[in-house]
Amino acid sequence: MDNAIIIGAGPAGLTAAVTCAEKGLEVVVIDEYMRAGGRLLGQLYEEPNGNWWNGIKESNKLYKKAVDLGVNFHLNTAVNNIENSNGIWTIYTERDTFHTPSLLLATGAAEAPIPVPGWTLPGVMSVGAAQVMTNVHRVKPGERGVIIGVNVLSAAIAMELQLAGVEVASLTLPKTNQMTQDSGKPKEVLDSLLHVSHMAPSPFIRYGSKLMKNDFMKKFGVKFYPKKGVKMWDIPIQLRKAVTEIYGENEVEGVTLATINADGEVVSGSEEHIPVDFVCIAGGLYPLAELAAVAGCPFYLVEELGGYVPLHNERMETPLVGLYVAGNITGIEGAKVAAAQGRTAGLSMAHYAGMDELDGEIKNSIEWTEQTRDSAHIQFHPKIEAGRKKILKQWDAYQSNKERSVVTNRQGGIT
Amino acid sequence: MTRRILDHPILGKIEDDNYVSFTFNHRVYKGLENESLAAALLANGIRTLRHHEKSGASRGIYCNIGHCYECRVSVDGQQGIRACLTPVKDGMIVESGGQLQTPRIEDGGLENG
Repeated sequence: MDNAIIIGAGPAGLTAAVTCAEKGLEVVVIDEYMRAGGRLLGQLYEEPNGNWWNGIKESNKLYKKAVDLGVNFHLNTAVNNIENSNGIWTIYTERDTFHTPSLLLATGAAEAPIPVPGWTLPGVMSVGAAQVMTNVHRVKPGERGVIIGVNVLSAAIAMELQLAGVEVASLTLPKTNQMTQDSGKPKEVLDSLLHVSHMAPSPFIRYGSKLMKNDFMKKFGVKFYPKKGVKMWDIPIQLRKAVTEIYGENEVEGVTLATINADGEVVSGSEEHIPVDFVCIAGGLYPLAELAAVAGCPFYLVEELGGYVPLHNERMETPLVGLYVAGNITGIEGAKVAAAQGRTAGLSMAHYAGMDELDGEIKNSIEWTEQTRDSAHIQFHPKIEAGRKKILKQWDAYQSNKERSVVTNRQGGIT
Repeated sequence: MTRRILDHPILGKIEDDNYVSFTFNHRVYKGLENESLAAALLANGIRTLRHHEKSGASRGIYCNIGHCYECRVSVDGQQGIRACLTPVKDGMIVESGGQLQTPRIEDGGLENG
C-alpha cells in the first residue's frame, strides 16, 4: 500500500489527510505544534448568518475524522529537512525519519513583523500570538494593550480580545520607516481597510467603502478622518496616529503615540504616553514556504498572494514529482479555502498513488475551491483572484519551457 | 492574580482543569497539564522568559507558535527549548537563560561593543 505524508495539521493538511485516507492511502501527518488544527484553532468570529465560527470546534471535528480513518499523527514534531532520491521523499524530523512517494506541504503562513523601537520588550507579541493565548490557551495576553498595524487580521483579533475581556485601547499605525513602508501610511491603510468595511458596524467605514472608490475621495477621507479615530466594535481605530516607541524598564509599560499626517509623517510635539501592559504587532501574513525551497521547488513573487509562493497548478501539484502544496503556503486566504485546496491536493495524491477515475472529483474540488473563495467572509488580499491567475500563467510558461528545452536537447543530440 | 479566561462568552468554561506543578527559576508554579509552558508562565504573570545572551535585555514570547525562538528556556537541563511549543508536565524544571560572559580579548575572544 502506498502512503502519503502531510506536513502541517491545519485546515489544509487535515482535510488532505482525511481525503487521502478515504481513498485508502496510509497517511502520516507531522506538525510542530502540540495540537492539531494549525491557526484554525484560534479563529473565532461571527458569520453573516449570526452563527459563530469556532476554530477549536472545527479543528477537533477534522482531527477526530482523520483519527477515525486511521491517520497517524506525529504532533510536537518539527521537520528539519526534506530531500528526494529516486522518486522517494525523505522527511527528517527531530525524532524519526519518514519515507514516502507522495508529500504534501501544508505549512501555512507566518506573520511579518513590524520593528518598532522597543519591540523586543516582554509583553510585545505578534497579533497571532495574542490570538493563540486568548482563544486556544485561554490566558490573557495582558489587561490593556494597543495593536500596531491596521489590517483584516488585526481588526478581527482586536474583536476577539475584547470578547475575552481584554481591553484594546487602540488600533493604530506604526511610525513610517523603511521597514514599515505602506503599513505606516494612512491612505494605503484606508485603501486596504475598505475591503473589510462590510464587517464594520461603524457607519463611517461602511459609507466609506461606497464613497471612496476613487483616489480623490480617498485622500479626502484621510484628510478629514477624525483624529480621535472611528470606533469598530467600540475599539478606536486611529489612522491618524502612530506608535513611535514602546517603552518600559523590563517589560512593556506603555507606548508613545503621535499624530501623523496623510503621508505618515509625525506632527512634532503631538506625542502622548498611553499606559498599556501589552502590545500586539500586526504586519500581515506571508506564505511559510521554506520546506518547498529546501526541496528545490521554483518560486514566484506574487504580491497578491502575500509573497513568494512555490509554483503550483490548480491540482495543487508542484513541478517536482510527488510534491504537493495546499493552504496558505500557496497564498494567504481563509481556512475554508485552505480546506478546499487540501481536498484537491488529497485527491491528486490518491490519483498519483494509482487510483483511477478521480478526474471528475478533482475537477469538482477545484470548482468548489473557487466557489469558497468567492463567498469568503474575510479576504486577506483583495486581488487574490488576479494572483491565482498569475501563478497559473507561470505554471503554463514553466511547462512549455520545459517541453521546449527537451526538444532542444533532442535536436542538439545532447542526452 | 489569575490571567486565565475561565469563562468565555462564546468558548464557554475551561473544561480541562488538571493542574500540575512545575518550577521556573526555582519557584513553584501551577499550570494546566499539557498547556504550553509559555501559556502557563503568562497565566502566572511571568513575561520575561530569558535574557538576551549578549545585552542581558529581558525577552518574552513574540510569535507563540514556534517561529521566532524568542521564548527559549531550559527544560530539565536541556537548553534552547521553545516554551510556546512545550507542553507543561508535572515536576518540570524550567530555567531562563542569563547573559553570557563576553569572551576577553586576551583569551582570543572578539571585542564586543
